[in-house]
Amino acid sequence: MGRTVLTFAEIRENELRNVSFEALAAAKDISDGGEVVAAVAGSDDDSLAETLFHYGADRVVKVENEILDHYTNDGYFQAYLQVIQTVKPDVVILGHTALGKDLSPRLAARFNAGLISDATDIEVIDEEVVFTRPIYSGKAFEKKRVKEGTIFATIRPNNIQALDKDSSRTGEVLTEEVVINDLRTVVKEVVRKATSGVDLSEAKVIVAGGRGIKSAEGFKPLEELAEELGAAVGASRGACDADYCDYSLQIGQTGKVVTPDLYIACGISGAIQHLAGMSNSKVIVAINKDPEANIFNVADYGIVGDLFEVVPLLTEEIKSLKVGV
Amino acid sequence: MDIYVLLKRTFDTEEKIVINEGKVSDEGVDFIINPYDEFAVEEAILLRDKHGGEVTVVSVGSEETEKELRTALAMGADKAVLINCEDLEAQDQHTTASILAAFFQDKDYDLILGGNVSNDNSTGQVGPRLAEQLGLPYVTMITNIEVDGNTATLKRDVEGDTEVIEATLPLLVTAQQGLNEPRYPSLPGIMKAKRKPLEEIDYDDLDIDEDEIEAKTETITTFLPPEKGAGKILDGELEVQVKELVSNLHQEAKIL
Repeated sequence: MGRTVLTFAEIRENELRNVSFEALAAAKDISDGGEVVAAVAGSDDDSLAETLFHYGADRVVKVENEILDHYTNDGYFQAYLQVIQTVKPDVVILGHTALGKDLSPRLAARFNAGLISDATDIEVIDEEVVFTRPIYSGKAFEKKRVKEGTIFATIRPNNIQALDKDSSRTGEVLTEEVVINDLRTVVKEVVRKATSGVDLSEAKVIVAGGRGIKSAEGFKPLEELAEELGAAVGASRGACDADYCDYSLQIGQTGKVVTPDLYIACGISGAIQHLAGMSNSKVIVAINKDPEANIFNVADYGIVGDLFEVVPLLTEEIKSLKVGV
Repeated sequence: MDIYVLLKRTFDTEEKIVINEGKVSDEGVDFIINPYDEFAVEEAILLRDKHGGEVTVVSVGSEETEKELRTALAMGADKAVLINCEDLEAQDQHTTASILAAFFQDKDYDLILGGNVSNDNSTGQVGPRLAEQLGLPYVTMITNIEVDGNTATLKRDVEGDTEVIEATLPLLVTAQQGLNEPRYPSLPGIMKAKRKPLEEIDYDDLDIDEDEIEAKTETITTFLPPEKGAGKILDGELEVQVKELVSNLHQEAKIL
């Protein structure tokens, strides 16, 4: 029947985030021969539109207003609202990112519409869009639909496969100058996290530590392994409660829910609350001294041993694999 | 300060999920205050102790929620309101937010606090939807809040980075882990809580058009993730195990 699907692309450090390409793939499926529109705000880089075409956009809307250089709830709300009113989509898709989580409920509420948050899969069944999403932090899943009206959805990073890049694709670029007034919340300062690089929710590989880490310094070998793998570092509640690391690293039912391609659990016993946050990872490696540890029940590969011996060996082995020895 | 806290009763985080006829079974399940809402309750109490005023905890739920509301009162909240909507059939986040919006219509408030998500459905929608309906500014995922007169300074967790945000009251905020460490109710607290006001109202006591609060979304089915096959515990010398692991990841799982 053909739907118009609008996705809002997100930029981090001047690059489009992966989840924006995943959203385009989802949009393509849902559009059912209709149109995929990508809107991008917060950059005047023309090459971004090209890239969005390569990954499936039929039309790109450049949203312009210098206030959008930094995210504010009121600023982005007014901008996105105006884009939605212009494009008049049947479906709106955002990433389930900090921005998407903050903004999507307000947009849906304004349109008096249904919102499916944190979808991990999208199918079109008998012309109906059906979303799969985790509940109880991934201990179970539900299939959901929006009953009527505009469909709003956020998609979880790393779950929907982006389309292969097709550099021959191109399309029409529109510029939408948006009017923004009255920012009721003002961002005074942004403090970048101490740990470098990869964000947990989007990481392809995660190295996580638990109580077995024994101290804040105990994260050192994990960080070295993570660096070698281009991975993000995470932690169990045990490690956070013991003050070995910041709560922003916590993975579990309270904390972040992650689904990387590879999850390396070091000194993590595997409490239900932790498993809820990571057991849907594609491949799980467990390293633990205790052969009875629950984590081995969900692991694809297990090594029974002291993480302080195993992890450095693993780092070395991966180094040598990389140089092709 | 007039402070309200939004609270939801949820499964204990250690519960396993059992599905019965396409629905999550709550038979024999232990319930708790949603952990993120517990941070909100604690923060509300701290703010009241510092600035004076009153903390009212509100829940849209079933009669059983009285237990969790009593716990919040035992922690130190002053009043509780249970909006019973057991009879309501089609409910989702739009429903909850709309019921709360009707509740807040004739209330005075400086601050509304909630958890940033519930640990069951984890949509994080109710806070922002409510704020939009009330025309309030909001800040999600806060790890710190300081109030000075009419101004709030907040720290917000943005995928590990921290934003420092300034906003004017009235304001709605949602709590992220790290905001505080919720207290356990003390024995005197529990005794006092028994005498604190806990008002129960029915959702249709509020000024609500039932058609307007009907759920916008619908769950078709609920299922458990496929069970993982047994993993492979490696053996031999540690060096050998590590080599085998890397070669497995490289060749079998094609990850490295």
